[in-house]
Amino acid sequence: MDEMQEIIKAYVIKEYVEDDTELTYDSPLISGGIVDSFSMVSLKRFLENKYKISIPDEKATPDAFDSVNKICALVREYVK
Amino acid sequence: MSNIGSYDERIKNFDWNIAEKELDYEPGNPINIGWYCSDRICEKGFGNKPALIWEGSAGNEKRYTYNDLRLNSNAVGQFLRDLGIRPEERVCLFMDKIPELYIGFLGILKMGGIAQPLFSAFGDESLFVRLDNAQTTAIITQKKHAPKVRKIMDKMPYLKHMIIVDADPSKPLADREVAFDMEQAEKPEKFTIHPTYAESPSVLHYTSGTTGQPKGVKHVHYSLISQYLTSKWVLDLQESDIYWCTADPGWVTGTSYGIIGAFSNGVTQCVLDAGFSADNWYRFIEKHKITMWYSAPTAIRSLMKAGDEVIKKYDLSSLRHLASVGEPLNSEAVIWSEKVFGKPFLDTYWQTETGSMMITNFPGMKIKPGSMGKPFPGITATVIDSETFEPFGEPGKIGLIAIKPGWPSMMRTYWRNEETYQKKFKNGWYLPGDRSSIDKEGYFWFVGRDDDVINTGGHLVSPFEVESALLEHPAVAESAVVAKPDFVNMEVVKAFVTLKPGFVGSKDLDLEIMNFVRKKLSPLAMPQEIEFIDSLPKTRSGKIMRRILHAKEWGEEIGDTSTLEND
Repeated sequence: MDEMQEIIKAYVIKEYVEDDTELTYDSPLISGGIVDSFSMVSLKRFLENKYKISIPDEKATPDAFDSVNKICALVREYVK
Repeated sequence: MSNIGSYDERIKNFDWNIAEKELDYEPGNPINIGWYCSDRICEKGFGNKPALIWEGSAGNEKRYTYNDLRLNSNAVGQFLRDLGIRPEERVCLFMDKIPELYIGFLGILKMGGIAQPLFSAFGDESLFVRLDNAQTTAIITQKKHAPKVRKIMDKMPYLKHMIIVDADPSKPLADREVAFDMEQAEKPEKFTIHPTYAESPSVLHYTSGTTGQPKGVKHVHYSLISQYLTSKWVLDLQESDIYWCTADPGWVTGTSYGIIGAFSNGVTQCVLDAGFSADNWYRFIEKHKITMWYSAPTAIRSLMKAGDEVIKKYDLSSLRHLASVGEPLNSEAVIWSEKVFGKPFLDTYWQTETGSMMITNFPGMKIKPGSMGKPFPGITATVIDSETFEPFGEPGKIGLIAIKPGWPSMMRTYWRNEETYQKKFKNGWYLPGDRSSIDKEGYFWFVGRDDDVINTGGHLVSPFEVESALLEHPAVAESAVVAKPDFVNMEVVKAFVTLKPGFVGSKDLDLEIMNFVRKKLSPLAMPQEIEFIDSLPKTRSGKIMRRILHAKEWGEEIGDTSTLEND
């Protein structure tokens, strides 16, 4: 567990989980229907604001956003 | 051989009683969609045939035969009747794409209620305005969506029941809440189906317009005639087909073709209740050997974006027929599908109000990539002048799409809004609100909407609704919402916002406003981009000139600005 994983997981729970669904770092977010493709834009915006990065649209794919761990891996590519 | 055979021959000899005869329906007799989609198929000897194969996001699977469909919809109907719900009362379905949604729909119709499906991603405000307009008596939902209903329950004294299909037995339910477990429920072998007739109301779907609140589109049981026949001739549903309609029954495609068309034709249909992923979709097709796939341009373009390599991992040879609906299917997508699947997606044009396909491409017909196709037999469609409302006498001219009223699935009114309904007709034509042209061979070519409504991913979003929601954010002084071009969704929502004194536009405020609208309305309505500006372009009388902002986004000429306030 690291800080980035915790921050992103907490944000996903706060913004996108409507009930008491348990979330792990590997829970499927997009394919699991927790975050839909339209809402991915707001999640991307959060990551860009929080980590002061710019994620190219072509990298922001449903697969790259499909779990907290995958998102962390993507963010780390752009964090200096 | 396709079901339609020769389009030209069908046009010549068409009568809607073709469908009536195939369905053994005699005008004047009772007609109930719920019965036609379950009991009738069993009576024809297909009770043991798989009707619904459902797969959840975790890969879990449930299977229902037509007899299961019959018994479970009886259980839903009986449960609603026992609660005291009367025929023609509105019963909302507010669920993900779970079996209870599909079967619940049939159960509501069988007991004579009006099914009111709503997209489960709607926020509490979007949910409230639709339930309030319909004065809904009961809502069937899942525990994950119940908090949104509870939030607005006090404002809805007419809502007598919230029925939770997966309630946790260890947690007490509040006043007006009741649990219903479809799997465990007693399933009456005999259920007295309410004798609905051709003009009895069946479904209430909500759609957005440019101004005002969403409109409840009222359909009747006779719509079955159109939905059955278009499914048979356009989707070419045949007895051995394994059908996949990717639409959510919160929207009209998901009911007209994801429930009624499929089950009344007695095919086996598969449902994937999971978010989009190219890998998962192709795996689903391979696993279930899907033969007929009805999807949407947004999904097709997302698959294009995922690339061709992923397709090679799967055996998709079962696919024999593909169709698309929601927004215009661009020619590149048609050509791409022919390249990778060996067959083109056939575009179909229709809308919530029409209840079934109006202008489509047909199996066996010459396909012109990017064209909407030709009118379904029995549908008289043309393009008319926007001022005289007279049809053009020559091909190629752009005007309003116009359809002669009278087909079976035509909406009967907007719920409690007959005035707006009447405005949809001009000079004896029904106007869907879209513009197109017709070429020399009679093919229609879509041009765009005739109003400011935003078509994002095949769903209509009202700029008025989004602007109203934006104004409720404490930082927003004024707003104007327009469509912005987008490769995948065709259009997305863009908001121009001026801020109240003391607020400064920032990335964090941008995100805060996005999330505010998403939770209040829905993810579809959330502005994908917000631009903070000092002032909005207005006429001298103070009306916001949305068209100037729209033109800027689309790189179009701004046009006449003589009435602009700051000109």
